[in-house]
Amino acid sequence: MNSMNWQVLYPEMLLLAMTGLIAIVDLYVTDSKRRLTFWLSQATLLAVAALHLEAMIDGQSLFGMQGMVVADPLGHLLAFFATVSVIATLAYAQPYVGSRQMQKGEFYTLSLFSLLGACVMVSANNFLVVYLGLELMSLSMYALTALRRDHGQSTEAAMKYFVLGALASGFLLYGLSMMYGATGSLDIQRVFEVIGKGQANPQVLTFGLVFIVAGLAFKFGAAPFHMWVPDVYQGAPTAVTLLIATTSKLAAFGIAMRLLVEGLLGLANDWQQMIIVLALASLVIGNFAAIAQTNLKRLLAYSAIGQVGFMLLALAAGVVSGNTLSGGNAYSSALFYMVTYVMTTVGSFGVIMLLTRQGFESEEISDLAGLNQRSPWMAAVMALLMFSLAGVPPLVGFYAKLSVLQALVTTNLALHLWLAVAAVLLSLVGAFYYLRIVKVMYFDEPAADAHRINGERGVQALLALNGAAVLVFGLLPGGLMAMCSTAIVRALAT
Amino acid sequence: MGLLSVAIWLPILVGGLLLALGRDEQMASVRWLALAGAVASFLVTLPLVSRFDVASAAMQYQEKLPWIERFQVFYHLGVDGISVWFVPLTAFITIIVVVAAWQVITERVNQYMGAFLILSGLMVGVFSALDGLLFYVFFEATLIPMYIIIGMWGGPRRVYAAFKFFLYTLLGSLLMLVALLYLYFKSGGSFAILDWHRLPLPLSAQSLLFFAFFAAFSVKVPMWPVHTWLPDAHVEAPTGGSVVLAAIMLKLGAYGFLRFSLPIAPDAAREWAWLMIALSLIAVVYIGLVALVQQDMKKLVAYSSIAHMGFVTLGFFIFSELGVSGGIVQMISHGFISGAMFLCIGVLYDRMHSREIADYGGVANTMPKFAAFAVFFAMANCGLPGTSGFVGEWMVILGTVKANFWLAALAGTALILGAAYNLWMVKRVYFGEVANAQVRALTDIDAREFAMLGVLAVAVLWMGVYPKPFTDVMHVSVTQLLQHVAQSKLN
Repeated sequence: MNSMNWQVLYPEMLLLAMTGLIAIVDLYVTDSKRRLTFWLSQATLLAVAALHLEAMIDGQSLFGMQGMVVADPLGHLLAFFATVSVIATLAYAQPYVGSRQMQKGEFYTLSLFSLLGACVMVSANNFLVVYLGLELMSLSMYALTALRRDHGQSTEAAMKYFVLGALASGFLLYGLSMMYGATGSLDIQRVFEVIGKGQANPQVLTFGLVFIVAGLAFKFGAAPFHMWVPDVYQGAPTAVTLLIATTSKLAAFGIAMRLLVEGLLGLANDWQQMIIVLALASLVIGNFAAIAQTNLKRLLAYSAIGQVGFMLLALAAGVVSGNTLSGGNAYSSALFYMVTYVMTTVGSFGVIMLLTRQGFESEEISDLAGLNQRSPWMAAVMALLMFSLAGVPPLVGFYAKLSVLQALVTTNLALHLWLAVAAVLLSLVGAFYYLRIVKVMYFDEPAADAHRINGERGVQALLALNGAAVLVFGLLPGGLMAMCSTAIVRALAT
Repeated sequence: MGLLSVAIWLPILVGGLLLALGRDEQMASVRWLALAGAVASFLVTLPLVSRFDVASAAMQYQEKLPWIERFQVFYHLGVDGISVWFVPLTAFITIIVVVAAWQVITERVNQYMGAFLILSGLMVGVFSALDGLLFYVFFEATLIPMYIIIGMWGGPRRVYAAFKFFLYTLLGSLLMLVALLYLYFKSGGSFAILDWHRLPLPLSAQSLLFFAFFAAFSVKVPMWPVHTWLPDAHVEAPTGGSVVLAAIMLKLGAYGFLRFSLPIAPDAAREWAWLMIALSLIAVVYIGLVALVQQDMKKLVAYSSIAHMGFVTLGFFIFSELGVSGGIVQMISHGFISGAMFLCIGVLYDRMHSREIADYGGVANTMPKFAAFAVFFAMANCGLPGTSGFVGEWMVILGTVKANFWLAALAGTALILGAAYNLWMVKRVYFGEVANAQVRALTDIDAREFAMLGVLAVAVLWMGVYPKPFTDVMHVSVTQLLQHVAQSKLN
């Protein structure tokens, strides 16, 4: 516990060193040769992903930096998927940023820094490390959102994101300081022990807990802390929206697990009630508000709120009257939900970016009209992703919903059965707007001025692969589920 | 790989191939590949029936592989006497659909054919799944191709119909999903349908389960009052879509009653049988009356489908062997007849682009061969003895008489109503003077149309004259099912 254990942080150290190197190399690269930066970033990310994957398969739980960080399968799994989603984001975004004067080194270095922040968050074992990672990730993302300086909507979104984000970070920090005050420690394990022994003042604990949950809810974008989500999703350049929708969600899930489950499981009774309220509110707001949207990015923002609500239901089902036995089941369902959601979201924003072209943002749902006639492959990919988000089998989104519902029903039948019924009814509402996107692509005629899709072959192939993943993990979800389950069980055991 | 797996995945593979590689420039090869896939998929289902052991009520041709180990989900397939006929029926109807679309569908042919082949494989999966979750996956997955089929190749209000179809059915099935999870929990972590059959449950739980399943299956059948999506879907769907919808998809719901509702919640089924019988009779009588006043031929046949499915559910819930067997026979027979009826309408629509009865008159004068088929199928639809329509209805009515004479008398009115709306339509469309110049210009059916209608006519006659192969196969399974339902599962 008290050793430095440097090897725990090898992936992060590699990422940091390479990001620094890329920032310097980029200074000497002219705009026309910016591809070098791109390929360097991708190579770095691939190496980082490989390191995380290897460590995850290894399955060890190690503490490093004198107990400040922990490297366990959960952290590696989240970091691995965050890295993969950044790889996909950069690849999809390559033509997009190229045509928007965003092809600057900043885009790549900031993306890598935000990933570094996310990786730190998911492997934190100390309140301050959580906060450190959070700020690194958030600040990079604020800057990324504002990357198009001359674009009014982007700037507005960045402003909104920054002000509300800072407020939420403040909430979280305040809550953490309360915890510190009550337990006398910043170490997550130690906090868990102190609360378990009942030595801390329950009023202070509950008080701090409220702030922590509020801060987390903001980072998740769960209602009623969701106000920023639609504006930021819409206003940010699509490539950045993609980062916000994937990397930051995975990281938020990581710290939720670290803080609430590993640290504050003793207070589960309290935070589960709050989470249930957040979950139901998110399901209602996300699913109903999405119906009225005409802007595709805004629609996906509300969809994200609804999806997070569904995932939170599983977080709320872990502890039943003090019994933590079903925790593993519930939290691994939530993890599986998060991972598959990210897999799906990456692809859907990828399709949106593919449809854009010089000086034209393809953001309205009507821009997808007749996509099936313009590009059957991309329409099929998008349809698969939408059906997956709607939770229709045999796509992976269905198994995500299934495992959450399963966790609800098997943990506490009497109470949670009604939650499960409410959740499926609300997801029926959600199905409507996902279906509408499919309808626009397949049943509507393309607009007269619609251009042919001539995105890069490589990007199209990657998108097809993304769609295939949603289908293949839908047909054979067992492996990924087992992976999530192992990660959670190991995390709970330490 | 077992026969059932091949029957499921062969059409899906061919369908996927068509979707991936087909282009409208190579329309002919797309069509031939689709036909070859459909025929091959049908041929592999034939041994299922010919080698079926009629003396056994057990599941046959079983295949069991672990699928999702974390939830104890198995890829478990098998058929018994209740389900075995539906596998070849599904594949058979798919061939008809491919042939029916041959010259009619000229845009995005590969997607049309691909969607139907995939749909066919999925529906075979529904009939052969023995794992609750596997069943659900197939059951739900059928919505995707059908949604696309209605929305892409349908009529003017196709979008409305596609949404209504999808959301209606999804609502029902989501409640069933909760029920499946409840059973999974109660059975101590098993998704095996056969385990659930043996699971003792208190009446309140059984009732909840029964109504959750009812939500899923009654929408699919459809039973009154949740039938309203069907006329819309039928009217807007392309001919092939209507055929598959009426011939197979509706049967998924009825089949669900036999596989889930009755054996898993037998006490609740007996408790609520009065409600099911009442709803079935409303479907038979009221929807029969509604069919009488339709102006649109497709709507008329759609309503007649609902009325006929009312017979099926009526047969199931009187809990006698005659009733249940009659219901199943009616399901198969309705598959042939309703498919043929929609094909007939399709034949007319392809030529006149109208389904209004008022636009026709005297078609028999210009299309004698076609009119012979159409009139024959209409007769079969109203249950003429000697056709398959008669066998099922007669068995159900006979079973009902034994239970309660007045119920049977009510159900019997269906025969009168059926004769009324069918014959009245026949009179207005096919007989009488040639109504207008368009009808005068009609050309009779060609060899392709003759072949597909002829094959169906043979099937209808065969089943009407000699239903023994069908009833023999289901006899033991039905008896066992009824014995199971008669025993209380309360604890």
